[in-house]
Amino acid sequence: MDRSTIDLWVGVLVALGVAAFFGLAMKVGNLTSSNLGETYTVTAAFENVGGLKPRAPIKSAGVVVGRVDGISFDSKNFTAVATLKIDKRYPFPTDTFANIYTAGLLGEQYIGLEAGGEDAVLKNGDKITQTQDAIVLEKMISKFLFSKASEETPTQAGASATEDTSKAKSTELGDAPF
Amino acid sequence: MANIFAKLVRGLRMTGHRVVEQLWRLGAGARLFFLTISYSGESFRRPRLIVREMYFTGVMSLIIILVSAFFVGMVLALQGYNTLQKYGSSESIGVLVALALVRELGPVVTALLFAGRAGTAITAEIGLMKATEQLSAMEMMAVNPISRVIAPRFWAGVFSMPILACLFSMVGILGGHLVAVAQIGVDVGAFWSQMQANVDFTDIVNMLIKSLVFGVACTIIALFEGYDSPPTAEGVSHATTRTVVTSSLAVLGLDFILTSFMLIT
Repeated sequence: MDRSTIDLWVGVLVALGVAAFFGLAMKVGNLTSSNLGETYTVTAAFENVGGLKPRAPIKSAGVVVGRVDGISFDSKNFTAVATLKIDKRYPFPTDTFANIYTAGLLGEQYIGLEAGGEDAVLKNGDKITQTQDAIVLEKMISKFLFSKASEETPTQAGASATEDTSKAKSTELGDAPF
Repeated sequence: MANIFAKLVRGLRMTGHRVVEQLWRLGAGARLFFLTISYSGESFRRPRLIVREMYFTGVMSLIIILVSAFFVGMVLALQGYNTLQKYGSSESIGVLVALALVRELGPVVTALLFAGRAGTAITAEIGLMKATEQLSAMEMMAVNPISRVIAPRFWAGVFSMPILACLFSMVGILGGHLVAVAQIGVDVGAFWSQMQANVDFTDIVNMLIKSLVFGVACTIIALFEGYDSPPTAEGVSHATTRTVVTSSLAVLGLDFILTSFMLIT
């Protein structure tokens, strides 16, 4: 095996390796769309962010317009403050409404922006005042149960509430695919 | 009674001897590692030495790495689909294949195959060089065998491993793509978009770090076993076996440590 053949094959190996690395970075790891280019940062306070995580998408009308940069706790108002990085190409009115939605039934959570009617637009460092919290499943179930229980007459309330729970459980779990 | 006591003492003595022997080998291996690093200058002044060894460790391992990656990817897709479709989320198959390959199987299986394919070759070669007194002959000619023989092989192994691990992951994902999309009929768009949404660039960087660490471990173990082997046919064969056993255990142990660090942050 002479030297130039060895060099050629090692060159092929290195080229393949670099190509595979770029393939992994671009095609699999999605390096390209994770940086948004020019962004502006706004904050939004939520009573409860649920399972929202940094780097979660921000969508408006279903289109990704930005990413959650960070989530911190405001110990003055006892709220969660999410820092949102939104693409400079998409200006939003100052009365934009920020909701936390869940993709699918058990999917990851994202922030949905609904544009308002103001002419002034959000600038870097602004705060979105109108927010809606993440839906916490346990809270919803307990609300539902309490409203069910209060429909019954007070003497039967305790017994029928437990009955309802078991009934609701059995039907829901029975129909579930697992 | 005295007989049992003597046996007990002998057993204890044997255990102690083994422990001391292993500690001695660990120390000698670490010394060889630092010697290799400090005598690496010559290899970088003459990169052709490293390129030549990369041909034998990297290029020659290419076939086994690529073929096994392809089959590992295909099996992952088949097994993953079988379970995921019970939960109605067969589109997540791309995420499963990509994360399994990039986070664990890529670096680990590559390192195990690398130890079996390249590590044994290195051990046998250096063991035979020692048995036929080529290393002593070099020393006689004032050529340092560590800078001329050991260091180029070390750096070739360290450079080859990340390249091979990248190739393993990529080819495995393509194999998974073949089974999931072409054979089972999962949607192509869902396959790739879910994968892109869930695989981070940090996962890929972690894969590179892992494969680099495994490359260092596998190569230095292979070099040490060869360098330390008794200069007999039996000694070289034992050393080759020990290379595979020790490298595999080292890779799996290091993998646990590295993963636990990477998942904390």
